[in-house]
Amino acid sequence: MIEGGRLSIWFFVGLMLTIYGVMILGAGLYGLAHPPAVKLAWLHADLWWGAVLLAGGLIYLRAFNPYKVRRPSR
Amino acid sequence: MNGLATAPWLLAQQAAVEAPLISLGVLDLAIIVVYFVMVLGIGWYLKQQTTTGEDFFLAGREMTAWIAGLSFLSANLGSLELMGWAAAAYQYGILGTHWYWIGAIPAMLFLGLIMMPFYYISKTHSVPGYLKLRFGEASRGFAAISFAFMTILMSGINMYSMALVMKVVLGWDIHFSIWVSSLTVAAYVALGGLKSAIFNEVLQFVLIWAGALLVPILGLYEVGGWGGLKERIAQNLGRGDYVHLWSTLGSFQDNPMGIHWTGIVLGLGWVISFGYWTTDFLVVQRVLAAKDLRAAKAAPVIGAAFKMAVPFIVILPGLLGLALLDVKLMPEAEALKTGGHSYNEVLPLMLARYCGPGLLGLGITALIAGFMAGMAGNVSAFATVWTYDVYRAYINKDATDAHYLNHGRLCTIVGVVVSIGAAYLVMHFASIMDYVQALFSFFIAPLFGTVLLGMLWKRASPAGGFYGLLAGTLSSIGMWIWVRLDPGALAIVALSSHAQAMAENMYRALWSWIVCVVVTVAVSYATKPKPDSELVGLVYGCTELPDEGDAPWHERPAFWAAAVGVVFVILNVLFW
Repeated sequence: MIEGGRLSIWFFVGLMLTIYGVMILGAGLYGLAHPPAVKLAWLHADLWWGAVLLAGGLIYLRAFNPYKVRRPSR
Repeated sequence: MNGLATAPWLLAQQAAVEAPLISLGVLDLAIIVVYFVMVLGIGWYLKQQTTTGEDFFLAGREMTAWIAGLSFLSANLGSLELMGWAAAAYQYGILGTHWYWIGAIPAMLFLGLIMMPFYYISKTHSVPGYLKLRFGEASRGFAAISFAFMTILMSGINMYSMALVMKVVLGWDIHFSIWVSSLTVAAYVALGGLKSAIFNEVLQFVLIWAGALLVPILGLYEVGGWGGLKERIAQNLGRGDYVHLWSTLGSFQDNPMGIHWTGIVLGLGWVISFGYWTTDFLVVQRVLAAKDLRAAKAAPVIGAAFKMAVPFIVILPGLLGLALLDVKLMPEAEALKTGGHSYNEVLPLMLARYCGPGLLGLGITALIAGFMAGMAGNVSAFATVWTYDVYRAYINKDATDAHYLNHGRLCTIVGVVVSIGAAYLVMHFASIMDYVQALFSFFIAPLFGTVLLGMLWKRASPAGGFYGLLAGTLSSIGMWIWVRLDPGALAIVALSSHAQAMAENMYRALWSWIVCVVVTVAVSYATKPKPDSELVGLVYGCTELPDEGDAPWHERPAFWAAAVGVVFVILNVLFW
């Protein structure tokens, strides 16, 4: 997968949060025009929660980028 | 604790409501699919790094404190934990929090600071393995077989409960849910062993928080904070005892759970909690994978810090359901008769209340992740104990490491298949949770007495250890049968005619622990102990504990354990 390196669990966490962040942020943007039929819809929880997930995911992806992280010693 | 809670909740009945509670859209399904692809991808990736038995069964002993600590907690965050305690909070109020605080935190800190050094420096592969070193083959064999039996049954229950929830909540076919989830777990655990289970448990931990955190945040916003929540519950129920942790435990009649504080403190806080967190190999195995002693000591402390926060995403949604839901939830059997909603549906109902497309998929994925974490924990622990403490000990003693590695992979598959069988078996029982509770008090409570005396008392002899464990187990089984045959016996076992089922579990565990300790002490004084030279590395007083290494105060597990202890006390006082 990554030559000479080992992927950290935190890299996978970053990847998952980024993918989910994009998907939920997208749903939030769509929801601006078509609000979902839920309580407190006017708070647009999907929009800001998606942004939080995406930001967290990008931070983890950057911090645990396998091209930058040194190979851990066993 | 995973499955330690009593109450007639999640698995009460196998029939389900016809109309699903929630319907998922394309985006929600895509989120679930991404999760399955991710966990299988991790298993496939880690297979390349899993080449020895040490890699497969103990994740190469290279996990950091954070990874071991989060995995330690996540393995416990199974199906009964998430759905079950939310339901229990709706049914019993904030008392459910005891299973997260006094029923976990002191035991987790004790494991980290006092017991972990012995597990770690003895280089044992399992808790039964420690018993073999300390008390001999008979104790190990008894503990290994009872643990394997209990673990497979628990795994099947986890599997069945997930499938049941998917059927009730989403309308999915129960067989589809069982096979898809169990084959996924089998694939990633068989490929990457404990390392794969641990990686996925950390991923699941993050996902559970990401998917479940919105419900309490939005719920508290809607209800007007903690003050508004208390006010609304008092208004809806006409009583205020649902929001107090300790002040209603002065008598069996004053609280919704029908329990006394002695049952909570001694039965739950001492015996069941310490037994589960310090001797159940399912959780201890995660800490054994730590890279060094300091990481092994710190991992349970980190787990304890997060465990204190779990009621926020589990108990609080149940309380919010009491305050905010327009429908009145009821016991499973009643819901089935009337077509209403059961307690078990409180978390999905709260998710559906606030979460639109996307967020709903994330919430449901969090529930699936919780189920799979619990199942993977059971299966990986089963494979280790079976391979090392049954197969290698009694069937094939001198095989190569590669043989045991392959056997571990095979055991994982077999464990999943047997768990599937257990899941189908469970469908035929009306209230399987009662049996689960019984299993915990049969095997975990006396085991704690044996391990505790073994570690702290060098006079405990091999015969004392074995007969104490046997007597504790048999007495627990005896008490359970007694109450089933004569319900009036509950008043004797639980010390009150007002006691309810929850109290029986707590007091039965306490009695069986006492029997185990008394028999161990008596037999030990009548038989020959091991010489001190054979107890080095196994017992306090005979062992020079290794140094954790130089570290500043803020990196020492003892400092953080003290900090967690202080917060634990403050929380209990705040919600008194």
